[in-house]
Amino acid sequence: MIDKALIGSRKYYLWLLFLMAVIGVGFVCYLYQLKEGLGITGMSRDVTWGFYIAQFTFLVGVAASAVMVVIPYYLHNYKAFGKIAILGEFLAVSAVLMCMLFVFVDMGQPFRVMNVMLYPTPNSIMFWDILVLSGYLLINITIAWTTLSAERNELPPPGWVKPLIYISIPWAVSIHTVTAFLYAGLPGRHLWLTAIMAARFLSSAFASGPSFLLLMIFIIRKYTKFDPGSDAIQKLAQIVAYAMVINVFFLLLEFFTAFYSNIPGHMQSLEYLFFGLEGHNKLVPWMWLSAVLAAIGILLLIVPATRRNERVLPFACLAVFFATWIDKGLGLVVGGFIPSPLEKITEYAPTIPELLISLGVYGVGFLVLTVLYKIVTGVREELSA
Amino acid sequence: MYDAGKILTGLIVFVVLITSPIWLNLASGKASTVPKPEIVTQEKQCIEPTAFMKTNHMTLLNTWRNTVVRQDERIYVASDGKRYDMSLTKTCLKCHPNKAQFCDQCHTYEAVSPTCWQCHNVPEGNR
Amino acid sequence: MKFSKRDFLKLTGLTILGIGIKPAINLFAQGEGQAVVPAPQTLAGKRWAMLVNPKACTADKGCKDCIAACHRIHNVPHFDDPNHEIKWIWTDRYQNVFPGQENEYLEEDMKTRPFITLCNHCNNPPCVRVCPTKATFRREDGIVMMDMHRCIGCRFCMAACPYGSRSFNWLDPRPHIKPVNPDYPTRMKGVVEKCTFCEERLAKGLIPACVEACKEKALIFGNLEDPNSEVRQLLRTHFTIRRKPELGTLPQVYYLV
Repeated sequence: MIDKALIGSRKYYLWLLFLMAVIGVGFVCYLYQLKEGLGITGMSRDVTWGFYIAQFTFLVGVAASAVMVVIPYYLHNYKAFGKIAILGEFLAVSAVLMCMLFVFVDMGQPFRVMNVMLYPTPNSIMFWDILVLSGYLLINITIAWTTLSAERNELPPPGWVKPLIYISIPWAVSIHTVTAFLYAGLPGRHLWLTAIMAARFLSSAFASGPSFLLLMIFIIRKYTKFDPGSDAIQKLAQIVAYAMVINVFFLLLEFFTAFYSNIPGHMQSLEYLFFGLEGHNKLVPWMWLSAVLAAIGILLLIVPATRRNERVLPFACLAVFFATWIDKGLGLVVGGFIPSPLEKITEYAPTIPELLISLGVYGVGFLVLTVLYKIVTGVREELSA
Repeated sequence: MYDAGKILTGLIVFVVLITSPIWLNLASGKASTVPKPEIVTQEKQCIEPTAFMKTNHMTLLNTWRNTVVRQDERIYVASDGKRYDMSLTKTCLKCHPNKAQFCDQCHTYEAVSPTCWQCHNVPEGNR
Repeated sequence: MKFSKRDFLKLTGLTILGIGIKPAINLFAQGEGQAVVPAPQTLAGKRWAMLVNPKACTADKGCKDCIAACHRIHNVPHFDDPNHEIKWIWTDRYQNVFPGQENEYLEEDMKTRPFITLCNHCNNPPCVRVCPTKATFRREDGIVMMDMHRCIGCRFCMAACPYGSRSFNWLDPRPHIKPVNPDYPTRMKGVVEKCTFCEERLAKGLIPACVEACKEKALIFGNLEDPNSEVRQLLRTHFTIRRKPELGTLPQVYYLV
């Protein structure tokens, strides 16, 4: 089926070429980082995780969100999602791949990464994270490839796919819970030491992932004959709406606990993020942008008139996506390190090489996504001919 | 066959490229130089017999590393009963301080670059 | 002979299973038998701890002997950029070392007195709990040790440490070490480092460098298992506090106040 990705329109080839250029630039920057060390990034002794891990954290959510399409279709027979389940699964594949790449580029000694497998450490959440992410990648690519092949041959998929699909559902929840556990069990970081960390992660995942999936559907619909139908689109939009409302609600819960209890440890990171702390306020405009985008997104998604308007819906999705990207990525990860355990403030901003390497990783993800989606549309066009 | 000319040309180019390490090495004459590590110590033998050290010094060093760092044990009992401090810098390099004429001779020939030297010190003037 | 796709997949599955056997064995393996003997002069203490006496410390008059000794002996590099700073032991104010315990009417002297800060070698260390490769591990004698060879530089331990005791080599440290102590290795870029209670000196029967260097005896080091050791005596007769005890890390650096 890969042959379907080798033949396309001029715009398709130009897009692939552009992505490869982006990947190339990122790769060269990464070679520079390998040579000089992670000191070329904006990270510091106090802020030891930055843009790379922020992207990793955010993208695990996008990967987990495939389950929001799989559950209605495979567990509850919601036929409208029939055509887009595979898009969700391939999106998960691309997202998990990017996650793993972001972790790799963030490591100080990346060529020792096999040590995690050679010296397994069950008490370390990072060990489990690498296991469940690898497993999720394998599961999704197996399910998606097998079901697509079966669809192409106009046969039902083999029997063993069904149990694998059922496993993928708690597995999707687990990848994001485990990632949340990376943060939620650290005793010295009060922004993260909250029981609802995993719940917040999941709710923002189910808002960001499906909204990105919707954007992909709109793009595919524009460039191919693929149309999943307005039922599927509306249902996805409703899922995003509910998930985003819950996500914002959870954030407000954090605010309440922090500011009503008035405990400095709980308040300080939130203060830094939203109001600035002791004159340091680099992230304040970003956090308020995230809040405004969230409000706009929720409003547009809740009001039926705007949700049903397919000219407005993409903007609602973009608003939700970027709101969660800022909040979960930079806000959560960088905010956890400020103030430091000695109550000092070192701010963080990514450097140009850091951003270029990140863009390179995104390039890889989008390349994989483009190729996989091209295969799907290619197969479907062949079937309808 | 179709396109016989193009295929054969492509095949020949491929074979030439993929065997390039072999004929490039032969042409440069470096391949025939057998590495000659220089012994500067007066000691008659290393902590273990030379043949053993040639094949096993990598494993020995790895074992020493894990034993010293992870088990806090520092004294090695050699097969002849003698005791040595398990240290690259203080034991091995005491008799073999000439890294460039000793260690590097074989390592460079085999295109092996052990990462030990990034951290472990070499006596002055021998880097 | 037909080698079908199914056969290929079966073979691949078996191979992956086979590759997984060594790590599984590693997980359950005991230490290998070794031709080693313990060194006779090792300070074979059972549980190491340190006592800091801030009132004896003269860092406020400019003394940096303990820091200089530690950083010189262990080839700790000096970076001009504070973001890339590496420090194993340093001084900070009360408000930073014991955040949350300060008040408006703090004893005047305490407001400016420098407090020596280092890794607390906790009995329940969160950094050890999170390390995915056991590159940092707790020894039986209480020391939280670093294995630079195994560290993958993920910096999870740095996120987990509630005391900010750990530093990362963001760049190659070697150009920034002057002078190099030939008796101790340097580190390479991409690994985490911190105080190790001078375990290499303890193995030779010497006390940690910082303790030895302090002329005012503001740092006291000893074995908690020995009821007659100086640390035990001082702990019995003086009130001490530890950093962030409510976190349950059980730090082993005690401060005389």
